[in-house]
Amino acid sequence: MTQTAKPETGAFSPRDLDHQPPAFTPGYKTSILRSPQRNLVSFENTVSEITGPTFGHQMLGELDNDLILNYAAPGESAIGERLIVHGRVLDEQGRPVPNVLVEFWQANAGGRYRHKKDAYLAALDPNFGGCGRTISAEDGSYNFRTVKPGPYPWPNGANDWRPAHIHFSVFGHGFAQRLITQMYFEGDPHIALCPIVQTIPDETAIDALVARLDMDNTIPMDIRAYRFDIVLRGRRSTLFENRLEGN
Amino acid sequence: MSAEYLKESASQTAGPYVHIGCVPSFAGLTGMYGGNDLGDTMITGDVKGERITIEGYVFDGSGAPAKDALLEIWQADAAGLYNAPTETRGQADPNFTGWGRQPTDGDTGRYRFETIKPGAVPYPGGQMQAPHCVVWIVARGINLGLNTRIYFDDEADANASDPVLNKVELSARRDTLVAKKSGNTYTFNIHLQGEHETVFFDI
Repeated sequence: MTQTAKPETGAFSPRDLDHQPPAFTPGYKTSILRSPQRNLVSFENTVSEITGPTFGHQMLGELDNDLILNYAAPGESAIGERLIVHGRVLDEQGRPVPNVLVEFWQANAGGRYRHKKDAYLAALDPNFGGCGRTISAEDGSYNFRTVKPGPYPWPNGANDWRPAHIHFSVFGHGFAQRLITQMYFEGDPHIALCPIVQTIPDETAIDALVARLDMDNTIPMDIRAYRFDIVLRGRRSTLFENRLEGN
Repeated sequence: MSAEYLKESASQTAGPYVHIGCVPSFAGLTGMYGGNDLGDTMITGDVKGERITIEGYVFDGSGAPAKDALLEIWQADAAGLYNAPTETRGQADPNFTGWGRQPTDGDTGRYRFETIKPGAVPYPGGQMQAPHCVVWIVARGINLGLNTRIYFDDEADANASDPVLNKVELSARRDTLVAKKSGNTYTFNIHLQGEHETVFFDI
């Protein structure tokens, strides 16, 4: 894939809200008071939505995409199942989205977050912070090393547990592409039981958030790989753009 | 539509621990990324334009401030140019990133951006929009990031003819998008729900 000399500057295709969770999802109780009740107001993309912040590779530190080591004392490493998570950032037309910042955060192998508001009784790992970041390559690819996060209980229903998951924050080339989501692991029985996962009404949309075990990229005697592709909104076709009559 | 395209990845809530990934120093992961939270500083040098503060709260449907929300703003520089490769109209002020990210305070729920007053940018077709910041809000309990805009109450004439504000049919609801100035500080409160629910956009 060759690099495009000029970035594309067209408007984005409308967001397919049928593929997204609605705001009001009473099974996930916190959404009840945090969901707008009025219609979203639509308008065509302007330069404010089409543009967005970009970040250079020079911003990254050497261990930013290595959660096994980036909070560990020298010579130490995080406890847990060693994983490579990798994939591509694509748009809805299947084209790679290069040079976008991807941030990720997660609980440790025991299901505990390094956060002052997480009081779960599982132990903190002194060598695990739980955050990392990278920038997609020219072919849209990204990767990082981590340990598999543990499932954990959370106050919602009487006995709700989150599936093992990694949070993702993804920038695009336009502010309208901004996305936060979560990645799950193939075969986890908690996926079907989780009120947060089940806010998504479309089974295929849920399935697209489930990373697959990737034996081809697993390094023997070292670390297993999981593959997770991320799809951002695409820009509308510019076919016949110069043939419009009027303005 | 019969053509086959990929679907945008479904959104999931940022959750209560979004700070670990997006503002790790705020979360207490001291030293991560050199100790600087990305987006904390929008002004990086001798910036052109009027320096302002934008602050406020994100209220839920019960009127309680959300103490675990994260806001991002994106705005033009004082000349109305975005600091982005996709900006085709000129070169933006190199001392202004145009992008800021701030959490609401864990004790009070207040957020604050130190920025500049943006210049006006065009709407498709050439008409000018009133000066504004675009805003994206994520938090526990928000399944899909919410998009809104901050306009400025000392731009009454420009606001009256702004094509986006005029998409909002009830004029009283337009006021939910207008920050109130006092000194160099604009107050912009976001109401997720209820009588004063902020206008959110499908962009």
